[in-house]
Amino acid sequence: MAIVVDREHGLALLHQMLRIRRFEEKCAELYSRGNIRGFLHLYIGEEAVAVGSIPAFTPDDAIVATYREHGHSLVRGTPMGPLMAELYGKATGCARGRGGSMHFFDASRRFYGGLAIVGGGFPVAVGLALADKMQKKPRVTACYFGDGAVAEGEFHESLNLAALWKLPVLFLCENNLYAMGTALGRHQSQTDIARKADAYAIPAEAVDGMDVLAVESATRKAVDLVRHSGGPYFIEYRTYRFRAHSMYDAELYRTKDEVAQWKQRDPITLLEHQLRAKGVLEDADVQKMESTIAGEIAEAVTFAEEGPLELLENLEKDVYTE
Amino acid sequence: MTKITYREAVRAGLREALLSNPLVFLMGEDVGRYGGTYACSKGFLEEFGPERIRDTPLSESTFVGAGIGAALGGMRPIVEVMTVNFSLLALDQIVNNAATIRHMSGGQFNIPLVVRMATGAGRQVAAQHSHSLEGWYAHIPGIKVLAPATVTDARGMLLAALKEPDPVFIFEHAYLYPMEGEFDEHALPVDTVNAAIRRQGNDVSLITFGGSLWKALQAADTLAAEGIEAEVIDLRVLRPLDTRTILASVRNTHRAVIIDEAWRTGSFAAEVSAQIMEGAFYDLDAPVARVCSVEVPIPYAKHLEEAALPQPDKIVLTVRNMLRG
Repeated sequence: MAIVVDREHGLALLHQMLRIRRFEEKCAELYSRGNIRGFLHLYIGEEAVAVGSIPAFTPDDAIVATYREHGHSLVRGTPMGPLMAELYGKATGCARGRGGSMHFFDASRRFYGGLAIVGGGFPVAVGLALADKMQKKPRVTACYFGDGAVAEGEFHESLNLAALWKLPVLFLCENNLYAMGTALGRHQSQTDIARKADAYAIPAEAVDGMDVLAVESATRKAVDLVRHSGGPYFIEYRTYRFRAHSMYDAELYRTKDEVAQWKQRDPITLLEHQLRAKGVLEDADVQKMESTIAGEIAEAVTFAEEGPLELLENLEKDVYTE
Repeated sequence: MTKITYREAVRAGLREALLSNPLVFLMGEDVGRYGGTYACSKGFLEEFGPERIRDTPLSESTFVGAGIGAALGGMRPIVEVMTVNFSLLALDQIVNNAATIRHMSGGQFNIPLVVRMATGAGRQVAAQHSHSLEGWYAHIPGIKVLAPATVTDARGMLLAALKEPDPVFIFEHAYLYPMEGEFDEHALPVDTVNAAIRRQGNDVSLITFGGSLWKALQAADTLAAEGIEAEVIDLRVLRPLDTRTILASVRNTHRAVIIDEAWRTGSFAAEVSAQIMEGAFYDLDAPVARVCSVEVPIPYAKHLEEAALPQPDKIVLTVRNMLRG
């Protein structure tokens, strides 16, 4: 690993990954207790992608994410309280209880969802970038999607249009190898996803999505490139989802061995090893981090539990602008 | 008053919008070099340039979705989907994004987007190019659905739509583009709220919209010669629906015939009928009747297509039977 990381930055990355991991473990627990309902798609195993990539964007850039977006929201800076309150369906949630787990939004951070139809975010991201280009704003739009989305027509249409019109979109494929339960090789004739960008003349690369430092380095360069060239770029992060697709998934489509193999490359453990090898991480650091995170989560749960439910008289609010 | 075609009225509205607001731009298939499939943007590429008049690939889902994104990003896009038939390829963006994002984000985002498309049958272009699906779109909360039938509305409703903060879908009946109408350039701005009474009468309410308006008016003339005075209501706005005007008319005439070019089953006419049942049942002297398309993919051959669609003589016959009842 040639990437240099100082102690402060290394700890910050580790903290963010642990923060997502513990937040989602809490979500799973609250789900089994019935406090959270609906679909809950956990990001556990994939944390290095959001943690390494999201900070590469400025607050003025736009983020379009998917239904597995808890990590992206947390790293973007939406406080944990409103996110947990959203999962509780409270009026104090980040979407006033209208969205739930799949639809985190935050206008103040240009976070455009939480869009849960696979492939549906591509055109929106292209349009956001078009608006920036037409208004001559030097902004970049991040378009996150999974490997399953590359089978959708909107993937191909949107890559084409972004390249044709030279729009500042960074296409970020989180390849966790499964479209819900269908393995990549069972739904794609070309499994080297980054190569698909070639067809649209978009430069692309694949990176180790379990290595937060590699993710960070590649994404920073890509954001710079998009901002300065004005045209799109494509990164495929090779990652893996440790937990089930959603809370309803019996995981009949993959072996325990396969999951265990990938857990050997847990992004959190991997970074810990990297930092310890450099002598910049001690047990006390991790303990302190865990304790800070536990406190933040406890506060978020309290915020969610104490928050009011939306009034029924507001049921039809915000369908149209009033 | 001057006479202009519906096509010229749409073009005039688009041009005014482009001239008055630098954030407005037009994108869609062949809106630029071709001048628009229905010539509604002829000359615009030369006048406004390729940044604002954008020819798109045949990627309906992506250019409609890009309209959503551009609206979110501060622009004022007008997206032309060539016809309602092709809008089916963009349904995901329309139903799942345009209609939901405001509510689903707890009111944090709104989408000031205008989408225009040609709709309807009657030009012998067969089943895949003859759909009338405005009623489908009117089913969806979160968007507004307009169906301008006159030259004044063709221009005015577009300009009004561009003042709306939320997504507006405008359905222009393809049969109307060459139609001439009286155009008053000093007329007051048109609204996107009220139905319009296009002809007054006390014997029966003919309730319709879009291309069928002219068939209803023709039927009303025939009926007038027989001493039957029909009131003709042009709904203009399918969502949100102006039920007040419908009910007021039915309470006066006590009879209603709804004319809708869509298929009868699950049609917008069915919704209007239900509104009348709920709001004016005891005022009715006869069951509500519907003149809709025959439940068949719209055929090519002229005589078959004509037989499949609502026609003035069918409307006349329906009214006669109702009054004889």
